[in-house]
Amino acid sequence: MELRLENLTKIFTNKTGIETTAVDKLDITIESRTLVGLLGPSGCGKSTTLFMIAGLVKPTGGKIFFGEDDVTKLAPEKRGIGLVFQNYALYPHMTVYQNILFPLENMDVPRDEAVQRVKDMANLVGIGNLLDRKPSQLSGGQQQRVAIARALVKKPKVLLLDEPLSNLDARLRLQMREEIKRIQREIGITTIFVTHDQEEAMSISDKMVVLDFGKEQQYDAPQVMYNNPDNLFVAKFLGNPPINTFEAEIKKGYLTINDKKFMKFDIPDGLYDIGMRPENFRVAEEGGFEVDIHNIFHIGRDTMIHFDFNGKNVRALVDSDDIVHDQKKVKLTIKSERIYIFDKETGQVINHG
Amino acid sequence: MADFIKNVKGFFNKIGSAIKKFFWDIRRRINNVKRRIGNFLDKHNLNFASKFPGWAKALIYLSPALIVLAIFTFYPIINSFALVVYQNYNMTNDTITGYTIFGNFLTVITDDSFIVPASHTGSSAVINTLIIVFISVPISVLLALFIAAALNSIKPLKNFFQTIYFLPYVTNTIAIGLVFAYMFKAEGGLVNQFLSLFGMNTENLSWVESGAVFWRSMFVLIFYSIWSSLAFKIMVFLTSIQGIDKQYYQAAAIDATPRNRIFSKITVPLISPMIFYILVTSVIGAFKIYNAIVALFGVSGQPAGVDYNLQSIVMYIYKFIDGSNAGNLSVAAAGSLILFAIILVLTLVQMQVSKKRVHY
Repeated sequence: MELRLENLTKIFTNKTGIETTAVDKLDITIESRTLVGLLGPSGCGKSTTLFMIAGLVKPTGGKIFFGEDDVTKLAPEKRGIGLVFQNYALYPHMTVYQNILFPLENMDVPRDEAVQRVKDMANLVGIGNLLDRKPSQLSGGQQQRVAIARALVKKPKVLLLDEPLSNLDARLRLQMREEIKRIQREIGITTIFVTHDQEEAMSISDKMVVLDFGKEQQYDAPQVMYNNPDNLFVAKFLGNPPINTFEAEIKKGYLTINDKKFMKFDIPDGLYDIGMRPENFRVAEEGGFEVDIHNIFHIGRDTMIHFDFNGKNVRALVDSDDIVHDQKKVKLTIKSERIYIFDKETGQVINHG
Repeated sequence: MADFIKNVKGFFNKIGSAIKKFFWDIRRRINNVKRRIGNFLDKHNLNFASKFPGWAKALIYLSPALIVLAIFTFYPIINSFALVVYQNYNMTNDTITGYTIFGNFLTVITDDSFIVPASHTGSSAVINTLIIVFISVPISVLLALFIAAALNSIKPLKNFFQTIYFLPYVTNTIAIGLVFAYMFKAEGGLVNQFLSLFGMNTENLSWVESGAVFWRSMFVLIFYSIWSSLAFKIMVFLTSIQGIDKQYYQAAAIDATPRNRIFSKITVPLISPMIFYILVTSVIGAFKIYNAIVALFGVSGQPAGVDYNLQSIVMYIYKFIDGSNAGNLSVAAAGSLILFAIILVLTLVQMQVSKKRVHY
């Protein structure tokens, strides 16, 4: 089912009357059967957006459509959604079986079918042998699976996940995100996934939305967004190690770095913010741009070198074979389409898209 | 003007910091003295405290509480076990005529106002107490639960209602009892006036005075004990309900759970340890009911001019200390041991039942 947000806005007013805009005029269409990641730093309004879709938070303005139906004013229980909470909110006094059965008890489902659905769902998420346990007897990953099963057992139209992996350790997180992807594929349910972890969002999402201060920054497939960020915020938010940014001037059509011509660009002269990802630098056999190395960090397969571009420290991730220990100078190249030039005022990208 | 205020503020700030400095220095001096004493003791090998084993230190620290408990709790308990074997104990000259094991228990059990209702009392202490326990405790626990849940779900006037429900807790039992006795007066009492509004004939309809039938007096007593015990229960339940994670309710809302099911399937199980605690303590408390009856019906436990008696087990026991047949402490001890046994058995039963129903 397609899900559409139109001008969705949420303004919180505190006791002294100060207004905070948590979500600002969000316009997003989420296609049927896709998994969309809502990504942003903490406090950017991503969980608020999710809770508005769930109906637990009332929007200040705008509309939410499930398919053709306007559900903005609909109570949460009538929307047909499944929600997985950040800390799962499994009822501690019920067994896994009772927890998964609970949503069905409130629906018009024959008992035999309900029991069968609980068993099927438990098997799908891989906890079929744990039905008699209490949540406190389960590991984090298992609790997570129970929470997903409980959200899915009533066959919702939309599955919402609120930072579902943030309570798991790193290894389990990797495993569970593959697991969530698999379950989503198998059921083919429209899913929205909230996270602050860009790597997590990129690996799991079909498409993702980056939010900042409640505003949509970009809505694209992860790789597209990574290679073609719309603005400086998106470029900075995605990628680990983060993108290098520094100020540089374009003089007579040439990008000037350290008072030397770096590369030709068909862009009006002026001062710009430049972004270059560390992994896009290559060590050049001949030609290239010579830099003085400040620091070298050997991290296994790759080597991180530090140098200055216009007074800003810049990192480059290069092949370990290309750098010798305590090398002082190196010649680097970078493809022109891997250089991002942003407007200093608006932060919008100029040479892409 | 602004300057003046600034000066005054500065003056008080100076005084404040001078006081703080003064106490700071005092603490420094005291610490210095302590340190010197410690060094001196260590030097001359006089530091006995560090040579005490852990249990001895614990005993020293616990001794103030232990001494008070020993005098006012342990000694009376042990003493009542001792008293119960005396035959014909006389308090005034401290003499006994012999020893018995079951004699005093038999005296209590066969006493015509303890278990078996006597002709002139109409009811017995045990029956009265059991009626109060088994009617007032369940009603007050359930009522407190519903009121707490309701209080938790309203937003406006929440604090106002919380205060109102909490008032009985901070009010003297005897005072409330007197107010109740006044409210239930036959002539001009609030309750009768209220009933006559609905066209009931309230002439000579007495609740706590002569002419009141047993169940009417009992109703007032139960009503009173429910109301006066409600405050604490509501407070405990409300606090524990407020401690429940909101996400459980959000999850339930998304699953279209009706209100009554949220209450019975989520709220009640999650606060079940508290409900159990309240149940046990209020059963014990209700078995020990005393001053409510005294406040409403006087020390005799008998409304004037009626042929029954509303005394409880504790009142029965108390009569042997300060009543018509004062002096025979052995019988009183036997009575309190029987009360103890009843409470013990009931608490054990509750603990057994709770194993399945309480989720920790």
